[in-house]
Order: sequence, then C-alpha cells, then structure tokens
Amino acid sequence: MNSAVETSTGQVEVRRAVRVTRRKHTAFLIGFIGPALLIYVTYVIFPIFSTFYYSLFNWNGIQSEKTFILFDNYAKLMADSIFWKTVVNNLLLVVASIVTQLPLGLIMALILFAPIKGMRLFRTVYFMPLLMSTVALGILWTFIYDPTMGIINQILDFAGLSSWQQGWLGDTKTAFLAVTATICWQFTPFYMILFRAAMTGIPEEIYESAKIDGCNSWKQFWNITLPLLKPTIITSSVLSVIGSLKYFDLIFVMTEGGPDSSTELMATYMYKQAFAKFNMGYASSISFTMFVIALIVAVCILAADKNRQKTPA
Amino acid sequence: MIKIMNRTWLYILAIVFLVVTGYPFLYMAATSFKTQPEFFEHPVSLWTKLNFENYAQVFKLGIDQYFLNSIMISVICVAATVYLAAMVSFPLVRMRFKLNRPIFFLFLAGMMIPVHTTLIPIYVLTKNLGLYDSLWALAGPYIAFSLPISVIILTQFIQELPRELDEAAVMDGASQARLFWSIVFPLLTPALATIAIYNFIHIWNEFVFGLVLITTPAKMTLPLGLRAFYGEFSVNVPGIMATLTLGTLPLMLAYFFAQEKVVSGLSAGAVKG
Repeated sequence: MNSAVETSTGQVEVRRAVRVTRRKHTAFLIGFIGPALLIYVTYVIFPIFSTFYYSLFNWNGIQSEKTFILFDNYAKLMADSIFWKTVVNNLLLVVASIVTQLPLGLIMALILFAPIKGMRLFRTVYFMPLLMSTVALGILWTFIYDPTMGIINQILDFAGLSSWQQGWLGDTKTAFLAVTATICWQFTPFYMILFRAAMTGIPEEIYESAKIDGCNSWKQFWNITLPLLKPTIITSSVLSVIGSLKYFDLIFVMTEGGPDSSTELMATYMYKQAFAKFNMGYASSISFTMFVIALIVAVCILAADKNRQKTPA
Repeated sequence: MIKIMNRTWLYILAIVFLVVTGYPFLYMAATSFKTQPEFFEHPVSLWTKLNFENYAQVFKLGIDQYFLNSIMISVICVAATVYLAAMVSFPLVRMRFKLNRPIFFLFLAGMMIPVHTTLIPIYVLTKNLGLYDSLWALAGPYIAFSLPISVIILTQFIQELPRELDEAAVMDGASQARLFWSIVFPLLTPALATIAIYNFIHIWNEFVFGLVLITTPAKMTLPLGLRAFYGEFSVNVPGIMATLTLGTLPLMLAYFFAQEKVVSGLSAGAVKG
C-alpha cells in the first residue's frame, strides 16, 4: 500500500519532469531553429510561390492593381523567340563550360602536381580570378576586348594579324564567344581546386605499383588518374549546369545581353523584363520557368545519383 | 606524379597558363598607375613611374563610402549567418523530432534554387517592409542565401563530433542550450571559419540584389559602386583601372596572407547538393 503510493507519486513526478523537459525541449527547438528558418523561408522558399502567383497576372510592379490572366504569360513565353534564344544560350554556356573549363582545370591541376620550380607562384596566380568580383572582372575584360585600346587587338596588331582584329563584344558573331571565354577565365580555377583536392587523395602507391608493372605516364593517367577522378568530374558537371542558370552579373556588365540579344541569358532577360520594362508578371513567368528547369535538373541528378549507388562500381 | 611531357614543354604550358590568368591583373594594376596620355600611347606596356593621381581621384569621388557599406553589410551578414547556421544545425543533427528531415531537406533544396526566381518577390517584400533603398535591404537575402551551404557544411561537421561529449554534459545536468554554447559551439570553430570565408567572399562580391534593392549611390556596396564609376569615368581607362584595383585589393590581400584557408573555404562550395 505504502509502496504503491510511493510509486504513483514517483510516476507523477516523473511525468511532470518529462513534461517540463519536453516543454524545455520544444522551447529550445523553437529558439534555435526558428530564427534561421524564418529568414530562410521568407527570403528563399516563400518567394518561389509568390513568383508563380505573380506569373498569373498582367502587372507592372508599380501599381498595386493586377489583371488575372491565368497562363497567358506562359503562352506568350512559349511564342517568344528571344526567350528561346536565351534558353539556347544557357545550354550553349553549359556545354562550353563543361568542354572547356573542366579539361583546362584538370590540366592546371596536373601542372600543380608536376615537379617544377616556382610552384608557389603558379599556384597563387592560377587561383586569383576566383577572388575578383564578377563586376570588376566584367569591366576589366570589357577593356581587354575594346576594339581600339583593348589589349587583344593591340597584341594582334603587334603580331601582324591586324586582319583578325574585331569589335569583340559589339559583333553578334563574336560577342557570345568573347563572353564565354571570360566566364571560362573566371571559373576554370574553381575546377582546378576541385581536381587538385581529388588528386591529393589518390595514394602514391597506386602509381608506384603501376610503374613496376611497366605502365608509362600516359597509361597511368588514363587508367588510374582519370577513372579515380570520375566522381569529381560528375560533381563538377553538375555544378556547372546549376551555375549556368545563375549567370547574370558578367553578361549584365559586359553586354547587357546584346548585341541583338546574342548574349542574352534567361536571367538577364528576366531582369530586363522586370526592372527595365516593368512587365513584372511576364518576368515572373520567366523566373518561374527557370525554377522549374532547375528542379528538373536537380531531380535528374538525384535519380542518376541513386542509380550510380545501386550499380556496384 | 605526372611525367607525360618533358620538362621544357611542361614549363611552357605552365607559363602560358600563368600569363593568361595573371596578365589581366598586371594590366589592371599597370594601367592604374598611368596618366591618360601615357595609356593611349602605350596601352600594353608596364608603368614607367608610379603615379597615384588616379587613386587620389577615385577617393575624391567617394569610393571609401562603398568600402564602408560593403564592410558593414558583409561583416554583419557573415556573423549572423555563422550564429544562425550553427544554432539550426545542432538540433537538426543531435536531437530527434518530427521535422528533422523535412527541415534539413528544405535547406538542402536551397542549393539549387536560382536567385533570380526570388528576385521580384524580394523586391516587393523589401518595398513593403520599408527597407527599399537602404543597406539593410540586403541583410535578409544575403543571410537567407548563405544558410543552405552553411547548414550543409555544419551538419556534416557536427555528425563527426564525438557524441560522448554531449552525453557527459547532459549527465552533469547541463541544459541543451548550455551544452551547445559552452561545448559544441567552440568545437565548431574550424567549420565556422570555412563558412565565414566562403560567405564573406560571396557577399562581398554579390551584385544582383544590390542592383535591384538599392538606387542611391551613397548606400551602394562596392560592386555597385564599381559599376557606377565605370559609367562615370567613361573613357578614363586608368581611372577605372584604379577603381578596379582598389576594389579587388582587400580579398587579394586576405588571400596572400591566408592562402590555404581561402582556397579550402572557397572549394567548400563544391559539396554535393
């Protein structure tokens, strides 16, 4: 009897203690997760829904009145030849990034592993483009490409190739190439660090034993280094696909999408529609389309990743 | 490790890359020390004598204000991100509750969301909050977009911390909050340094939110200021190059003093999302 009372008061106390800890627990969770989650949802997650909502209206963004037009913006978008041009340009940019930045980044990483003198200098300088703000870099390269005083045309002149001189950024034929080359200059060092980090992880013994088996350097590269870098190559390609959707600053500073929308990207076109022409509804339909593309890419990557994990390497 | 080419070709290749990556910087610095006539006569050459007139002019036009604004917003946002990300990552890893996974995936999803999708709503929100055209307009988006990568890096790091530490602390009667602030948070220092460096570089160089949310020159950050100078100087190339050199200098100096830290900080962005 006595002991039964004791246990029941004990249980009550335990229960109360549990309740108090649980309340403390919840308070802790709200206090610690709440602030970050609130800022994040307000500025990143919620805007995706608002963008979709705005895309259903004809709206200039200044007046509060909007006209509901359902999917008319999307219909207009599908018929907009400039929009399709931006989609193609974005795709070209992805392809160009993968076929130029990745191999060049790999070569630079290999150079950094080679037994050469002045390694510190090479390493320091190779990395520098990554630290420059895209705006500064865009302005700098605009002058490098300048038709009269730019260094590229000056060097061509000096080399006796003045017939090759161009108004690089002003010509529809060369502008996209010129901009892509600048993007390549900026981001190749990023892939270089990724490759360098991955290559540091390859144990030297593998190469030693390959050498004993009589593999020459080329064979070592093709049969050891490259296969072991495969995960890095995949990660890098993914990053360049996602990155290309975000390209804006450089194009905006260098060409503003011109001449004749030859360098226009989805992001610059969306910006123009929203903040230069004040077609906020239409611009929202472009930015929501960008989100959908990013989503599709992400889902594909996740699916491919799952597949890869299933099949034993 | 790699002996594919003979030495000579290797050096030639290494030097070609060195010139291509390095020369634009040299050109920028060299031009900034030239007078305009000097530049028009010898656009490609190095400077003959150091002439700081362009720099004096850039300061007279008020580049210091842009620096001040950039330093202020970057420091505040990085500090806020470091604290907020640490606070949110700890319970996500170490405490079991219903929303663990969904909240983590919500942050993970942020890695793939294009900034431009949020641009118009953030513009509208900023206007509604009365923050439009002030430096503080940038704080929300900068912190919010720094969180996903920071949370991913920190949750990975916390997973590797030994659990015995928190168990011992809880045994001693420490509350979760106390456990976090006095034991876990100090242990996070290396990861916090990485996210601080990564986010600082990105916020320091950020452009598009500034472009959309700020219009008054006195409130602009450095990248916006550089673009404003570019418009103002028009043909004064040495003046523009002095501006660019000044704008690039802070991160370069930081890089020269803490090279490995900056490199590893920047490559942290390559975690698989």
